[in-house]
Amino acid sequence: MKFSESWLRAFVDPQLTSEELSHRLTMAGLEVENRQPVAPAFAHVVVAEVLAVTKHPDADRLNVCRVDTGSGAPVTIVCGAPNVAVGLKAPCALPGAVLPGALTIRAAKVRGVESAGMLCSAKELGADEDASGLLLLPADAPVGADLRHYLDLDDCQFELKLTPNRADCLSLLGIAREVAAITGAAAHLPEIPAVPATIADTRAIVLDAPEGCPLYCGRVIKGVDARAATPEWMKRRLQRSGVRAISALVDVTNYVMLELGQPLHAFDNTRLSGAIHARLAEPGEKLLLLNEQTIAVDADVLMIADDAKPLAMAGVMGGEESGITLETRELFLESAFFSPPAIAGRARRYGFTSDAAHRFERGVDFGGARRALERATQLILDICGGQAGPVVEAQAALPPRPPVRLRSARAEKVLGLELGAERIAALLAGLGLSYQREGETGEDFLVTPPSWRFDLEIEEDLIEEIARLHGYDNIPAPAPQGRMAMMPQPEVERPNARIRQALIDRGYQEVVNFAFVDAAWEADFAGKTAESELIRLANPIASQMAVMRSTLLGGLIANLVTNLRRKQSRVRLFELGRCFARDDQGARTLDAPVAGFRQPWRLAALAYGGALPEGWGSGGRKVDFYDLKGDLEALLAPAQTRWEKLTHPALHPGRAASVVLDGKIIGCLGELHPEWVQKYELPQAPVIFELDLAALKAAPIPAFAEVSKFQPVLRDLAIVVDQNLPLQSLLDGLKKAKPALVNDIQLFDLYAGKGIPENKKSLAFRVVMQDTQRTLLDSEVDAAMQQLVSCLEQAFGAQLRA
Amino acid sequence: MDNLDRIVTEARAAFAALSDPDALEQVKARFLGKSGQITERLKELGKLLPEQKKIAGAAINAAKTAIENALNERREAIRQAALAARLAEEALDVTLPGRSEQRGGLHPVTRSLERIEALFASIGFSVADGPEIEDDFHNFTALNTPEDHPARSMHDTFYLQNPDGSVADKVLLRTHTSPIQARYMQAHVARYRHLPSLPEIRIIAPGRVYRVDSDATHSPMFHQVEGLWVGENVSFADLKGVIADFLRRFFETDDLTVRFRPSFFPFTEPSAEIDVAFMSGALEGRWLEVAGCGMVHPNVLKIAGIDPEKYTGFAFGFGPDRLTMLRYGVNDLRLFFEGDLRFLRQFV
Repeated sequence: MKFSESWLRAFVDPQLTSEELSHRLTMAGLEVENRQPVAPAFAHVVVAEVLAVTKHPDADRLNVCRVDTGSGAPVTIVCGAPNVAVGLKAPCALPGAVLPGALTIRAAKVRGVESAGMLCSAKELGADEDASGLLLLPADAPVGADLRHYLDLDDCQFELKLTPNRADCLSLLGIAREVAAITGAAAHLPEIPAVPATIADTRAIVLDAPEGCPLYCGRVIKGVDARAATPEWMKRRLQRSGVRAISALVDVTNYVMLELGQPLHAFDNTRLSGAIHARLAEPGEKLLLLNEQTIAVDADVLMIADDAKPLAMAGVMGGEESGITLETRELFLESAFFSPPAIAGRARRYGFTSDAAHRFERGVDFGGARRALERATQLILDICGGQAGPVVEAQAALPPRPPVRLRSARAEKVLGLELGAERIAALLAGLGLSYQREGETGEDFLVTPPSWRFDLEIEEDLIEEIARLHGYDNIPAPAPQGRMAMMPQPEVERPNARIRQALIDRGYQEVVNFAFVDAAWEADFAGKTAESELIRLANPIASQMAVMRSTLLGGLIANLVTNLRRKQSRVRLFELGRCFARDDQGARTLDAPVAGFRQPWRLAALAYGGALPEGWGSGGRKVDFYDLKGDLEALLAPAQTRWEKLTHPALHPGRAASVVLDGKIIGCLGELHPEWVQKYELPQAPVIFELDLAALKAAPIPAFAEVSKFQPVLRDLAIVVDQNLPLQSLLDGLKKAKPALVNDIQLFDLYAGKGIPENKKSLAFRVVMQDTQRTLLDSEVDAAMQQLVSCLEQAFGAQLRA
Repeated sequence: MDNLDRIVTEARAAFAALSDPDALEQVKARFLGKSGQITERLKELGKLLPEQKKIAGAAINAAKTAIENALNERREAIRQAALAARLAEEALDVTLPGRSEQRGGLHPVTRSLERIEALFASIGFSVADGPEIEDDFHNFTALNTPEDHPARSMHDTFYLQNPDGSVADKVLLRTHTSPIQARYMQAHVARYRHLPSLPEIRIIAPGRVYRVDSDATHSPMFHQVEGLWVGENVSFADLKGVIADFLRRFFETDDLTVRFRPSFFPFTEPSAEIDVAFMSGALEGRWLEVAGCGMVHPNVLKIAGIDPEKYTGFAFGFGPDRLTMLRYGVNDLRLFFEGDLRFLRQFV
């Protein structure tokens, strides 16, 4: 809501500067979002009349003017404006004036001719961008008058960021009421006498939908001149309220809406037939609106119609065909109350909004409909002439205003502040709220909300009002007090902070990526190409942010591309965030609190470039699968994971594994598929992993086991097996075959090449044997080793290496 | 006797001339070996008379000891020299950079969130979580924002599409973390239904939220931290106290002013916006909006099954992105979501 400060001060004029006023409004909940002077500072500029114009003797584009500045004797001023002419009035900056841009005006010779000032354009005064010629003033502008005063330039434009509950402040009247309440200054609200009818014409009004439209006032005005000029003062006030002046009739309806908060509508009376109906839309009804949009209205849309046709979308926008034009001579002027539920959301449904809809859906003072009609009638008669018929008013049940109980004790409890009933009474009175006192000491108040307030329905509404007027600043801010109880610290759950820290310590930088991604990422990195698998946004801000991600990988690849472009050669990233997937089961689980969607937290990481940061000692080895596997194993420790070959759309088929924990796949690890390496123009393949966060969060409570007092026995075992035999199957076989005294079997060397037959590899294991109770005998150790060797030979065709 | 002195002198000179330990041991044999000069002399003692034997023996032994001492001294000197040479050879350029993994870092907003969680944990607030694809009921209706409420237009909401292209009914991306409030209260009531009196709720709920908005100061995805304290005696004054305390601790300064300004949210009443102004630094004197808050609206408590006559509570919603920007002087919100290492590494 924009408005002119001087307009407001015509209603209520507190002894406050603009800045103070602005602060008080903000602190009362009417946030002043912007406040700026309507014109920059300047002085010594007056209304002047051009008496004579002659060509400058030495300059083609200049004129020498005789100008009356009201000083008694005409002065000579050289002027370059193309529109200068005898008889016109324009601003004149006198010698000594300082104009915007620090331009100082002096009496001086211009191309040899003495000039005692400067005739000004709007731009030179900072009032407008128009530099095409002199700012022309009305013929009745008083010569010699100070321009700032004459044009009311010592004014500020305020812009309020109003919250939806304060529709009552969508007018000067409402803001004035509020300013009076918060400052105590007296409000002088305009007196609006009824305009007597001078003609008998009327139109019947029928309330077919009294719930949506319980009050409708209308009157016929004939013989108006729609081409009459809107007075300057009105134009100025409209302009400073952010409303463009259009034509006198439109301007008057806008002016009254700004002044009193009541949206009005003017119909061309000659296009109406029969009675005016406020009714719900009929099936199949269509209407061409003033914004040139044709809408097919739904059945719950309130319409204004005559006996033959729909005329307007009630409280939202008029129809093109029944609207006024510059040819209009006869009006039917509407001032009605439409209930908020009947208007709310309707304009938005058709993709537009209007000042009227904005007000009606929040609530317009139903006590002011008739007053606004009288005000508009008077202004139309004053400006456009004509004769008014009697007001026809149709009324059904208006919104009830049941009294609301406010208990002093409750207010004090909620606010944490001792106020006392008398202070509360004073605050209510200050707000102009009428009340009755009840209870033994009058500690309860029965407050009847006024017709312009739609936000006073329950006790808390009133508590907010008194808190607001008392001042939030005046409520104490004590240190919080509460029951002290220790919070649970579940040891079996690893906090996210620890998981993050583990990755950070291994060189990964956390990123946060958007949860909506390019559909191509879902295809490339999750293999989701079917529409039925994707979760699309209905209203994405861009096509590359249109699909909810089911994997974090796309974001990390994009981050890599970004960073490579910025000449980073080694990139290690991780993200911890939610992924999304359709879930046809429809059941609600912890993982899927909203039916139809799973939203698991996942953790993904990417590494690219050197295995170590580039440097004199890094060796230059590139990061590979096993580096990340090591990181992941460290992250998962002490949990023992298994790794299985995996086919995954994002990953190199020979260099990808699923991570299995307790028989469940919890994630994947691998090198980016060469196809994507090429598509995303990566010089080499990054290695990536992605895991379900839930699997990482489980942290078993450590269980004690006896530590042996006896020396362990270590034996090494080297074998040759087929090149493509996975280590895991060997270890699984050994684990099954091993005697109890074998504690651990570790691979410590892997070799293929010279000295080893083709398609074979050599593996060397270290076997740890121990008993907690005694020293092992050589014979036991030898037997155990023999058992392992036989297993390897029989099950895996292994040959012992000499 | 002169002869013995001569031998000692000769030995000393011979030892001093050597710096190789093996050569030294060989030279040692010349004097102390089986046929060394001293050994020969000792062999000759038998030929002497007992009186002479005693005197000569003492003299020979003294010479032997002198030679042994000279030998040991030389051995030690050679060992020291060798050690010194090895140490010199093994010296490193200690100014070369260390050879190890470079540490990564937390995202700056996570850094703030961890601090925020810790600060609130210190006064008994635990952390709650909720879904990001949210239903209309929890995002709006349960928060006293029925359909067509004008407040819904305050949030430009992302809606989801069905696979057939139609707009999904009542499913959206949460526009704020407040639905976690609603979910938590419902679950809390269900959990403690058997008790005569509801235990206090003290939670914060950090998370990502979404709005159809994108420019230099708005990101379509950003973070919020919801806070909720419901109990039998929780007041607006307590809200002010908690918030003021939090802001001073978060920014680690008393050199700031907090102001509460009346505002409107459908799910709180009275409602306030929280502005903070620093009394020094680059942002000195400017009021900066950091949060919205208020007393939980009785309708919201009722929907969750909590008696608003008996219990009151406050809720607040901070923008941790904004807090992070203020804390570290970051000037563009979009930097948080671009994954630029040159920016992120500043927070390692």
